[in-house]
Amino acid sequence: MRRLVLILLILAAVGSAPAIAERLVVSLSNHRVQITSNFTGEDLVLFGTIEPDKGKATRQAGYDLVVTVTGPRQTLRTRRKERVLGIWVNTTSRDFVGVPSYLAVLSNRPVTEITDAETRRRLQVGLDNFLLPQRIGPDVADTVVTDPFRVSFVRLQQERGVYRESPTAVTFLTPAVFRAAIPLPADAPTGSYEIDVKLFADGAMIQRTTSALEVIKAGFEQYVANAAADHGFLYGLATTLMALLIGWIASVVFRKD
Amino acid sequence: MQIYLPIADMPVNIFLVLGMGLTVGFISGMFGIGGGFLLTPLLIFVGISPAVVVASVSPQIAASLFTGFLTYWRRRAIDFALAAMLLSGGVIGTVTGVWLFTMLRSVDQLDLLIGLAYVVLLGTVGVLMVIESARAIMRAHQGLRADMRRAGSHVWFHHLPLKLRFKRSRIYVSVIPVWAIGAIIGFIGAILGVGGGFMLVPMLIYLLRVPTATVIGTSMVLTLVTMIAATILHATANHLVDAVLALILMIGGVVGAQFGARAGQKIRGERLRMLLGILVLLVGIRFAIDLVVSPDDFYSIRHVGDM
Repeated sequence: MRRLVLILLILAAVGSAPAIAERLVVSLSNHRVQITSNFTGEDLVLFGTIEPDKGKATRQAGYDLVVTVTGPRQTLRTRRKERVLGIWVNTTSRDFVGVPSYLAVLSNRPVTEITDAETRRRLQVGLDNFLLPQRIGPDVADTVVTDPFRVSFVRLQQERGVYRESPTAVTFLTPAVFRAAIPLPADAPTGSYEIDVKLFADGAMIQRTTSALEVIKAGFEQYVANAAADHGFLYGLATTLMALLIGWIASVVFRKD
Repeated sequence: MQIYLPIADMPVNIFLVLGMGLTVGFISGMFGIGGGFLLTPLLIFVGISPAVVVASVSPQIAASLFTGFLTYWRRRAIDFALAAMLLSGGVIGTVTGVWLFTMLRSVDQLDLLIGLAYVVLLGTVGVLMVIESARAIMRAHQGLRADMRRAGSHVWFHHLPLKLRFKRSRIYVSVIPVWAIGAIIGFIGAILGVGGGFMLVPMLIYLLRVPTATVIGTSMVLTLVTMIAATILHATANHLVDAVLALILMIGGVVGAQFGARAGQKIRGERLRMLLGILVLLVGIRFAIDLVVSPDDFYSIRHVGDM
């Protein structure tokens, strides 16, 4: 089910933008993603326009956009296996504390070309620069990008499809109108997602805006999940009765004697 | 066709899961076991979280077992006195098992423990069954009658106190080994997401000398109640029972079991035990390979909490 509702409402301004800068207006195709029993992921579309400052001429180099989408925060443990007495055992592990369960860095060209290393680090642009704090002893801190646990964590999350960096996901329809495709995988965690849109020109961030979306279970899925969480005993009892009923029906239907 | 599982939080192919239910149901009907020892690894392989799998196969096994139980009950092939004694041990085992499972989830070694337990249990049971059935087949070839009750085959635990006579099974044994067997099966069932029928049947035959006429029906009572208890306890303590997953598996399972039961009746007892032994052994070897062979990826991620 791919509902691409094109909502392109570019009304007059939000008004809070500084007078000297461009205005950045974004709109999301769907703010509330509902997980129903046939949910297999959904592609959201973020539309936006850049309104140049009236007093100034249009910029020569054009604009660059980096859209960072972060899902609900989780604590995830990354474990490393080693051979102990001939058997592969998880021997060491690191907890990644309060890291996004979903993280997508979408841009119109590679982030390394958009701005310099210092700015990328300061503004957390790109997977390599996004803060992924680990608990190391008593401290909670991000490590260097080449830390084997960080590298493996990001790689595994990318293989699952929940972390991604795409330098082609943002496309400019005109020099001032853009769209960004946000792919939500089938096992996207439920909760609130934040969308951070950064506008760059000549390697410097000139405007920034945010949006949000929510992934929720709906209908039957929501009912089952709530029942399992809130009424565990009754839920277990109901599941058992269902099992016995199906077992009984089978024995009646297939009865030979 | 994909369907989203509300507790496992992921979509699965409904026909794939239905097919797994059918296959395992066929095997379970053929050998008179629950089939959890096959289903649990298969579902983990599909990518469903092991904790959800272990909790959700319990109701599926219960459904298969209930069908079988009704059939054996109509044939009066159940020793309820023996079943009740096994049960009183089994419930204690299940409660301990679910408690330990809940505790071990917070430790990183649950995967290792489950892997090792599978290798040891399936390996031992598989080897014993293959050896025993090979002997029986050889005896049958030489034209000798397989005699399960050899004189002097009584072992020490038959002389323990609290002896009881189980009329339908025509055995006279101490209830202490009966309780112990019940507790072991209940414990293993709750931790590994298996009914334990594949272990209970040989234990009853070789240790307690329960005759083949009542052994399967009686073992089904214990595994059925154990799986019902495990479902309710897992739902209450861990909230991990996926009813949608369980329902798809059940439908496949009960249908497969009917065809399996018919196929099983056409094969001689010792040959059937040989086949089951080989199957159990193969699953055990598969787990052993996983533990010993270098993994594709030395790293793995586990979800430990939400913010």
